[in-house]
Amino acid sequence: MQLSYGRTVYVVDGRRTPILKASGSPGPFSASDLAVACSRDLLLRHPQARENIQEVVWGCVMPSESEANISRIIGLRLGLGLDVPAHTVQRNCASGMQALDAAAYRIAQGTADLVLAGGVEAMSRAPVLFGLDAVAWLGGFRRARGRWARLRRLAKFRPRMLHPVSALKCGLTDPVVNLNMGQTAEELAYRFQISRRAMDAFALESHELAARAQDAGVFDGEITPLYDGLTGEVYTQDNGVRHDSSLEQLGRLRPAFDHPSGNVTAGNSAQISDGAAALLLASGEAVERHHLPVLGILHHISWAALDPALMGLGPVHAMRDLFDRTEVTVPEIDCFEINEAFAAQVLACLKAWQDETYMREVLDRDGCLVPIDKERLNPHGGAVAIGHPVGMTGARIVLHVLKQLQRMKGRFGVASLCIGGGQGGAALLEHVS
Amino acid sequence: MNDWRHWRLAAGEGGNLELFLAVDDRSVNVLHSGVLDELEDVLEHLYTEAPPGVILGSDPERAFAMGADVTEFAELENREQALAMLRRGQKLFEDWANLECPTVAAIRGHCLGGGLELALACDYRIAESGPQVQIGLPEVRLGIHPGYGGSVRLPALVGDLKALRMMVTGKTVSGAEAMKLRLVDAVVPRRQLYAAAREMIRRRPAPQRPSWRDRLPHVPALRGAVTWAYVRGMRSAAPKEHFPAPYRLLEHWQALSEDSATALESEAQSVANLFESPQARQMTRIFLLRQELKSHAPNDKATSSVHVVGAGVMGGDIAVWCALNGLRVTLQDTDPKRIAPVIGRARRMLDRRPEDTQATLDRLIPDLEGRGAGSADLVIEAIPENLAAKQDLYRQLQSRMRSDALLATNTSSLPLERLAEVLDEPARLVGIHFFNPVSKMPLVEVIYHDSEQQPLINQAAGFVRHIRRVPLVVKSSPGFLVNRVLMPYLLEAVRLRDEGLSVATIDRTATAFGMPMGPLKLADMVGLDVCLAAGSVLAEAHGAEIPGTLAEMVEAGNLGRKTGRGFYHWKNGEAKRRHVGKPSRDCGDRLVLSMVREAVHCLHESLVERADWIDAGLILGTGFAPFTGGPLELVRRKGTDTVRRRLETLEKRYGPRFAPGPGWDSEQLRKTAP
Repeated sequence: MQLSYGRTVYVVDGRRTPILKASGSPGPFSASDLAVACSRDLLLRHPQARENIQEVVWGCVMPSESEANISRIIGLRLGLGLDVPAHTVQRNCASGMQALDAAAYRIAQGTADLVLAGGVEAMSRAPVLFGLDAVAWLGGFRRARGRWARLRRLAKFRPRMLHPVSALKCGLTDPVVNLNMGQTAEELAYRFQISRRAMDAFALESHELAARAQDAGVFDGEITPLYDGLTGEVYTQDNGVRHDSSLEQLGRLRPAFDHPSGNVTAGNSAQISDGAAALLLASGEAVERHHLPVLGILHHISWAALDPALMGLGPVHAMRDLFDRTEVTVPEIDCFEINEAFAAQVLACLKAWQDETYMREVLDRDGCLVPIDKERLNPHGGAVAIGHPVGMTGARIVLHVLKQLQRMKGRFGVASLCIGGGQGGAALLEHVS
Repeated sequence: MNDWRHWRLAAGEGGNLELFLAVDDRSVNVLHSGVLDELEDVLEHLYTEAPPGVILGSDPERAFAMGADVTEFAELENREQALAMLRRGQKLFEDWANLECPTVAAIRGHCLGGGLELALACDYRIAESGPQVQIGLPEVRLGIHPGYGGSVRLPALVGDLKALRMMVTGKTVSGAEAMKLRLVDAVVPRRQLYAAAREMIRRRPAPQRPSWRDRLPHVPALRGAVTWAYVRGMRSAAPKEHFPAPYRLLEHWQALSEDSATALESEAQSVANLFESPQARQMTRIFLLRQELKSHAPNDKATSSVHVVGAGVMGGDIAVWCALNGLRVTLQDTDPKRIAPVIGRARRMLDRRPEDTQATLDRLIPDLEGRGAGSADLVIEAIPENLAAKQDLYRQLQSRMRSDALLATNTSSLPLERLAEVLDEPARLVGIHFFNPVSKMPLVEVIYHDSEQQPLINQAAGFVRHIRRVPLVVKSSPGFLVNRVLMPYLLEAVRLRDEGLSVATIDRTATAFGMPMGPLKLADMVGLDVCLAAGSVLAEAHGAEIPGTLAEMVEAGNLGRKTGRGFYHWKNGEAKRRHVGKPSRDCGDRLVLSMVREAVHCLHESLVERADWIDAGLILGTGFAPFTGGPLELVRRKGTDTVRRRLETLEKRYGPRFAPGPGWDSEQLRKTAP
C-alpha cells in the first residue's frame, strides 16, 4: 500500500455533539460553544493528552464575525495553554476533513505529535448581510463632518440598501457557475436520470436507518450531550431524524431550488444544522509516551476537483484516486460513508461509479470499480436524516467510520464527500485493536 | 529620599510627586496608626515642597487600600480614644484635601473604607479597569459608619441619595459603576493609570459635581422625607436595636451642616458613639474571627481541578461556585436532566457578571460517566444521604482517583468514620460541608475523623479559602458543629407549634431576636425529610427526642418548600404570609437557649480549636444574630450563672432537654470579649 504520510497517523478517539436542526432562528450554541462542548468531553476521556497537545486545527466554513481563527478561540476556551498554536482551515463542505489532513501532515512530518482537530459549523447563526452599496453609504456617513455634509449624505440613502442578503444562501451558491448547491443536484438528476421517487425513497431510507441506529444506541459512543443553560434543555441525539416519515409525506414537498418543476426538495436534501466533531490525532511516539488508546489509523486523504456544476460527483473522483493510489480494493472496505448532501447526488455517484463512459471521458480511467454493497454504504443513514453542518461533516464521517469499524470488527473504511465549488475528498481509514 | 517605612515618594514627570503606599508590616495596604503617623510627616513634606501636583497610588504589586486597621478598633478602650483616633484621621485627610496643588488618587484593586475616604480627599480619582476593582464604604458591616470624612465628602461628590445608598448598604462598586456615579473621573487600563493621572494634573478640569437632581435631596427640608423612606425600608430587615449604624448615619446626615468643621465633628461624635455600642464591638470581633479562620488555612492554589459527584442542589451549587472561582470542575451525574438545571442556575448566577459567563461555563464540565474522577485534585461527593450508596461510590472512586488526590464528602448527617470504613486508607476521607445556598453562606466546615489527617485538613481548608469561603475545622461527631447547634432549636420550634403557637408567631420571635429567618421557615426550606434524617442521627447520638409531628408531616409528603407544603404554604418558592400572634411565655428563651445549651456542650467536647470559633461558625454558617457575638458570647455577656439558672428553670417547666449539660464551668465562658 502506498501512503501519503511519512509517519503513521493514529486517531486516538473522537467525540461529537448531537446535530441540531436549524429552526429558522439562531440556535442556542455558537460554533465555538459546540466545538468546546465535544472537545472537553474528549479530553476528559484522555486526560493524559490534555497537557500535551501541540496544535489545534479546526475546519469551519463560516465562523461568526467574532470567531476569526476559531481554532485559537477553541484552544483558549479549552484551557489547553496559551502556548499551543492553532489555525483554521476552509475547504467548504470538507473543511472538517481538511482539518484532519492538516493535522495528519504535521504529525507525519514530525513537526507535531499530538493534535486536536475537528470540524464545526453553526449554520443557524449565519449572519444576514447588507450589500456593498449600504457599506459604502455608511462609511461615507461616518466620514462626513458637519451638519450639512451629513444631511447631504442622508439624502443619498436608498431603501434598497437595506435589502438583507443571507450569508448562508450566498455561501451555498457557486459564484462561478452561478448555481446554488441544490441546482447542481438537479443537474445531476437530469444527467443521470434520477427520479423524484428514487430520491424520496433514498431519503426515507436514510431516516429509517438513522432512527434505527438511534434506537439501538449506535451513536451513544460518539455523542456528547449539549446543555442549554437558558432553557434547561438537554440535547442527547441528532434532532433532525424523523421516526415517522413516509413516501407520501416526502412526495408532497415542493421543489426547493428549480421552481416549479424540479425534483430536489428540502426532504431529499441534507438538513441545515449546527454541530461539531473533535478528534485527537497522534504519532506512534505520542501514543506510547502518553499511554493513549488507538481507535484507528488515518492512512490517506485524496482530493480531486471537477466541474463546479457537477460538484456532487466529487466523491467518485476522490475515491477513484484513493483506490488507485493506495491499491486497496473496494471489496476490502468494510464501511463506506458518502456524505448525503443530496439524495440525488449520492445516487448519481453510484451510477457514475458504474458508468464506463464517465470513467473514460471525464476521469480518463479504464473500466469501472467494483460496485459498493448497499449494506456497507451509510449503514446508519446520513446527512439527509441527521443534518450537514458543513464544516463539521468531514470530521463526523471519519469518526463514524472508525467507530463503526470498531463495532463491526472490520478493518478498512472510507469516508468521502462532495465539496461545493466542484471538489471531492476521500479518506482511507483502518481500524486497529 | 525619605526613610518612611510605608510610603515612598518619587519625582514624576513635570515636577509632580508620586506617592506610593506599601504598608511594610502587612501583606495588604491598611491604614493603621503607623501609616497615619508617617502620613503626617509626608504631608509636612508636601507642604514645604509645594509640587505642581501629587499622584497618590499604591505599590505596583498592591491594591490601593483595604481601609482602616480593624484590629485597632478592637483595642479601643473608651469613647475618648475612639474620638481621638477619628479626629486625627479627619485632620490628616482634611490637610490632604487642603493641599494647594491638584491631587489625583490612582486606584488599583480594592479601595475601601478609610482608603476611599483618603481618595475622596483628593481632587481627582482615576480607577483601573477590570473586575478586581472594588470601591466602597463597607463600614456598616462592622457596626459603624465612615468616620474619616467620608460621610461628608461622598454626598458632596456624588449626591446625597447615591452616597447614602453606598454607605447604608455597605455595597462596593466596580470601576465602571463608580464612573457612572461620578465617584471617579476616569476608568483606564492599568498601563494608562499614571499617564492619565499626569494628564489630569496638566489639564486640571473642573472637579466633578453632582447634577441638580442629585443635589436636590440635600435641601434640608427634604432630608426628613428621605430619612423616613430609608428607615421604613430598613426596619424590618435590620431593626435599629440590632443594627444601629445605618440609623445613626441617617441622623448624622439629616443634620449635616454646610460648615465642614461642624460636619466632621458631628461625624466623629456619631462614630465614636457607635464604637461604644456592643453591636459594633461584636461585629468587629466577628470580622476579625473571620480573618483568623481564613488565615489558618494555607494560602495556596494547589487545587486546580475538582470532581463533584451528584448534581443535586448542593452538588450543583458547589460545582458552579468552584467553576466561578477559577477551578476546572467535572460534575458527575448519571442523568443529564439533573445536570441541565445546574447549568441554568450557573447562568442566572452569572447574569451580573457577563464577562465571566463563558469562561465559567467552559470550566464547568458535565460528566455523565464520572471520567473526571481520575484526574481531579479533589473529589467531592454530594449524593443523597445513604450510607450504602456512598460507600459503594467510595469503593469505585478509590481505585480510580489519583493517589495524591483528596476525597471529601459533603454529608451533613452520616458519620465519617462509618463512611470511611470501606476505604483501604480510611484516613483519606475528609468532610467538606457546605451550607445552602453556597453562594451566600460564607462558612464551610472541614471535618476530620482521624488525628493523622492534619495534612489533608490543611489541603481541604486551603481549597475552601481558595474558593473564597471561610473554612472552620471541626472534629467529626454527629451533626458536626453548626447543624448540631441548630437542630435543638428547630425541634423546639416544632414543639412550640405542637403546643398551639402559630407558625408565624414562633418565627417572628426568632427574627425579633436577630435570626435571619425563623426556624420553621428554615426547616421548610431545608426540607423536612432532611431535617428529620439529620435530627434522627443527632437524637440517636445525644438521646434527644424528636417531636412526632415532624415524622407525620414527612409521612404525609409535606416536605416544605419543595413540595409546596410544610409548616407554610409555598407558592413559586415564596411562603404565604401568616398572622403573627402573641408569643407564649418563655418562647424566645426556649428557642435561643436550646442553641446556647448545645453550643456550650460543643465547647466542652472541643469540637473546634478555639471557643471563639463556635461563635464565628454559628454566625457565618447560619446567620445567628451577628450583633450578639454568637451563642457563647451571649452567655459571657449575660453571665454564666444567670443563663444557667434560666436553663434550670426551663428544665423544671419543660423537661430535661434544657438541663445544662457539661461545659458550664469552662474558663472560656468567663472571659469577656474585647
